Amino acid sequence: MEQLKTIGRELAMGSQGGFGQSKEFLDLVKSIGEARSKAEEERIVLLEIETLKRRLSEPEIPKRKMKEYIIRLVYVEMLGHDGSFAYIHAVKMTHDDNLLLKRTGYLAVSLFLSDDHDLIILIVNTIQKDLRSDNYLVVCAALNAVCKLINDETVPAVLPQVVDLLAHPKEAVRKKAIMALHRFYQKSPSSVSHLVSNFRKRLCDNDPGVMGATLWPLFDLITIDVNSYKDLVVSFVSILKQVAERRLPKAYDYHQLPAPFIQIRLLKILALLGSGDKQSSESMYMVVSDIFRKSESTSNIGNAVLYECICCVSSIYPNPKLLEQAAQVISRFLKSDSHNLKYMGIDALGRLIKISPEIAEQHQLAVIDCLEDPDDTLKRKTFELLYKMTKSSNVEVIVDRMIDYMISINDNHYKTYIASRCVELAEKFAPSNQWFIQTMNKVFEHAGDLVNVKVAHNLMKLIAEGFGEDDDTADSQLRSSAVESYLRIIGEPKLPSVFLQVICWVLGEYGTADGKYSASYITGKLCDVAEAYSNDESVKAYAVTAIMKIYAFEISAQRKVEILPECQSLVEELSASHSTDLQQRAYELQAVISLDAPAVESIMPLDASCEDIEIDKNLSFLNGYVQEALEKGAQPYIPENERSGVLDVSNFGNQDHHEALTHSLKFEAYDLPKPVVSSRVPPAAVASSTELVPVPEPSYAREIRQPASSPSVSDAGSLELKLRLDGVQKKWGRPTYSSSASPSSNSSSSTSHNTTNGVTQVDSVGTSNSKARDTYDSKRPQVEISQEKQKLASSLFGGSSKTEKRPSSTNHKASKVGSHASEKSQAPKAAVVHTEVNHEPVPDLLDLGDSTSSALSVDPFKQLEGLLDQTDVASNVNHGTAKTPDFMGLYADTSVSGLSSSFGDLLPTNRDEFNLTSELSSATRTAQGGVTQINKGPNPKDALEKDSRVRQMGVTPTRPNPNLFRDLLG
Amino acid sequence: MIQFVLLISRQGKVRLTKWYSPYTQKERNKVLRELSGVILARGPKLCNFVDWRGYKVVYKRYASLYFCMCIDQEDNELEVLEMIHHFVEILDRYFGSVCELDLIFNFHKAYYILDEILIAGELQESSKKTVARLIAAQDSLVETAKEQASSISNIIAQATK
Repeated sequence: MEQLKTIGRELAMGSQGGFGQSKEFLDLVKSIGEARSKAEEERIVLLEIETLKRRLSEPEIPKRKMKEYIIRLVYVEMLGHDGSFAYIHAVKMTHDDNLLLKRTGYLAVSLFLSDDHDLIILIVNTIQKDLRSDNYLVVCAALNAVCKLINDETVPAVLPQVVDLLAHPKEAVRKKAIMALHRFYQKSPSSVSHLVSNFRKRLCDNDPGVMGATLWPLFDLITIDVNSYKDLVVSFVSILKQVAERRLPKAYDYHQLPAPFIQIRLLKILALLGSGDKQSSESMYMVVSDIFRKSESTSNIGNAVLYECICCVSSIYPNPKLLEQAAQVISRFLKSDSHNLKYMGIDALGRLIKISPEIAEQHQLAVIDCLEDPDDTLKRKTFELLYKMTKSSNVEVIVDRMIDYMISINDNHYKTYIASRCVELAEKFAPSNQWFIQTMNKVFEHAGDLVNVKVAHNLMKLIAEGFGEDDDTADSQLRSSAVESYLRIIGEPKLPSVFLQVICWVLGEYGTADGKYSASYITGKLCDVAEAYSNDESVKAYAVTAIMKIYAFEISAQRKVEILPECQSLVEELSASHSTDLQQRAYELQAVISLDAPAVESIMPLDASCEDIEIDKNLSFLNGYVQEALEKGAQPYIPENERSGVLDVSNFGNQDHHEALTHSLKFEAYDLPKPVVSSRVPPAAVASSTELVPVPEPSYAREIRQPASSPSVSDAGSLELKLRLDGVQKKWGRPTYSSSASPSSNSSSSTSHNTTNGVTQVDSVGTSNSKARDTYDSKRPQVEISQEKQKLASSLFGGSSKTEKRPSSTNHKASKVGSHASEKSQAPKAAVVHTEVNHEPVPDLLDLGDSTSSALSVDPFKQLEGLLDQTDVASNVNHGTAKTPDFMGLYADTSVSGLSSSFGDLLPTNRDEFNLTSELSSATRTAQGGVTQINKGPNPKDALEKDSRVRQMGVTPTRPNPNLFRDLLG
Repeated sequence: MIQFVLLISRQGKVRLTKWYSPYTQKERNKVLRELSGVILARGPKLCNFVDWRGYKVVYKRYASLYFCMCIDQEDNELEVLEMIHHFVEILDRYFGSVCELDLIFNFHKAYYILDEILIAGELQESSKKTVARLIAAQDSLVETAKEQASSISNIIAQATK
């Protein structure tokens, strides 16, 4: 209460707060900052909107006030509310002559408006004027807005000015003009396509910022058309070389690395240019290898460059030396403790295995560790890698893992994605049909409606077609196992619709085929399904058709048909259904049942879903009728595409679509409509759409459905429309076929692989791990635990030779254990562990400071001293002796105030050290901060000032957020 | 390309948003809700990247503030992480050991700075010095403009800087 009073008094003292805004605004920010709930925040913002509406409707608002209103509006919009009532005021503000106001206006409109907003047209004129201004700051402000607001329709209005600005004396303007042109190019390539040569010209700009900016548009252009930029390879290589040799101004250095952002961009471009081009690639080898050597792996940005190098190496024509360098970096990434680096390592590994598949085996345990990591992001990346290295020998393990993961997540987006991956892999590499069906069942059960319908059709087709013509017993075995599994699953609650359709179809087709289950049992189950999912019409349709099939088979087998009462009632219910489809099916069922055996057999033959049914595409049976009509004086039929007078619908649609795409005004006359070239489109479309008809119905429907997959029609050109249906069988039908289709590095070659690999691994481990060996002997139990991992590794990476595998993988395990060994080892090493833990990224420590500041009440400096000593002793185990002085630096740092703000420049530290010191200092700071929140560590004076200023304004750090005053950079 | 930049506090409060691709206000709110849920819940030792609707979100925590950038699949995550750091270093230099409060009350200035670093979703300037110089030039012009407008606010602004 006392505090509130003082706040009130202080606020009353002056309407102008320390941050240059009015009291009203400060109040707003403050109250939102203190809002305890989302609802409260909402209420405050709505109130503010009301206030703003009222204020803005007042006549003659002073400009300075208006500016503040606009900024308040930006704030309101930022919090997710609609401020459209005041957009017009922001637009008006851009017209102002005063740069201060103009800049605010531009900021506001570029935050408020999207490029298709109606108000844009009111700004274009102002932008045009401002682009011609002689004050380069005005031009800059306008260019910023141009990038956000100009759309393909308004590009022509500002294009000439922007092009002129490419030669502006100020480099900031040239740079922004380049970026604006790039934006134009993204939005409407046609309008600036004649200007792309400007990008080439600006590449030679003597300002590195402008040169760097041109790399963005050039990257886009080269992505689209590599060949017309091959001549630039030499220039890019020489620029990159100069950058790497530190020829750019020092201002472009970032954490001791020369212009890393530009390097990364150049490497991306080189990767495009060198892809599949031996000659170009050869000119790059030198410089890429150089960068590999020069980039330090101690800093994050250095690793970013290294990663980009790997991407480049894996894209250009392969070079053994570079591949080796890349592999080294990858193994460093994977061995790192940082999750970020592991993630990048996994990604890089995925890129490199395309070129040298054997590299993955060196890292199998690291990969498995990542797979079992609690971090979802890392896990997903690892699945990505596994997907890339799947072959028929490891598909079972990989897909099983994927499905397990799929079951465990809730994110539908990713679930869909990984389900489709599972299906794809299963279709490509399935070792047996049995397995395929089981896998598909699992996918359907858990991802159900997220799976593409095509997959369901593939599955039905597979069960229907089986292994092929020659092995009937295997086929029927497959079917009965499918039936059995479905009868088991069918009772589970809430199955996805697609899966139920498959189940119904299979039960209908094969439920009674092997005589194990009676017709009444199967029909009873089907009735249950129809009842349980009474909202789902397609499931009901599938079920009722399946019931009809079962009865038909019974009738044609001369068995007496007993119709279950629930079945009877279902049919009665459906024959009065709102859906005509269901009605029809119900009536058909009733009709079929009343027929005699031979008739039923001919309309509903047993197991005939794979029979080819011929259809008369020319409808020749109608010829007589047509002839008759013609004789009676009817007009002869003219095919749609030959009717020149009338613009046919599909053509019209196309044009419309085209129009919508380019979205620009057309000045030329419209072309005369031309006859459509592909007369085949309509039949193909019919074929594909009938294929998607969800219900495999009795003969008449089949008549249309089947031919789609019959060779005669696929020759006729509808191949691309029906995609996988043919491919499935070919890829993994009979055993002979599958072995020839699977990738080359299979059974025989993998054995030799493994042995050689085992040897090399022993070598590498032997050197790197000599130290860890002493400790891991005592770690037997852990070795036992990872037995499972080892098995997993061999099933993922290895082929058949498990015995040969063993030594290499135990060694690996050793290396892994070695790296973790210290965690539980003897006293002297414990300290090392401690420091290692502390080397983790900044957030940890901050978090620590946040949540457990009370626990840290032990003198932090004491602890640090402890660390210091031990690192002295064991620093070579850790990161090398060079690191010790940093800890000293830390002390110096905490005592010298104000240094931290200019950290990056003043201290000749690299990124890692930077992190270290800042981390540790922030740790100490939070510890101190636990006592008084005002104390701000390295820069107490500044902080105190800020704090007092803020307090004067009435804003106090509330309890839930004591961090408001904490330096972001620490 | 960077799709958007978000600054979220540990309590899930929005401190700055900048959208480089069109999102409606509704979509924006949804994105903010979803992402702040995902990111704030992540443990400290996990990696700084999140898969999100086919994009990748790179985030980094500075004191109590999360800086997030959403990027395309083919972008280099580590590079973006450094872009964030680049932005923070420039903020730090501008505000003089920047803290969350600076960004709360001067969010428009943070926008101006961001506009000099990123443009149209791409990194426009990687030299801290150049950015600082440009911002200073704009500010000085703003100062003179202010001087004409009101001398009192000028003094206060000077003290604020």
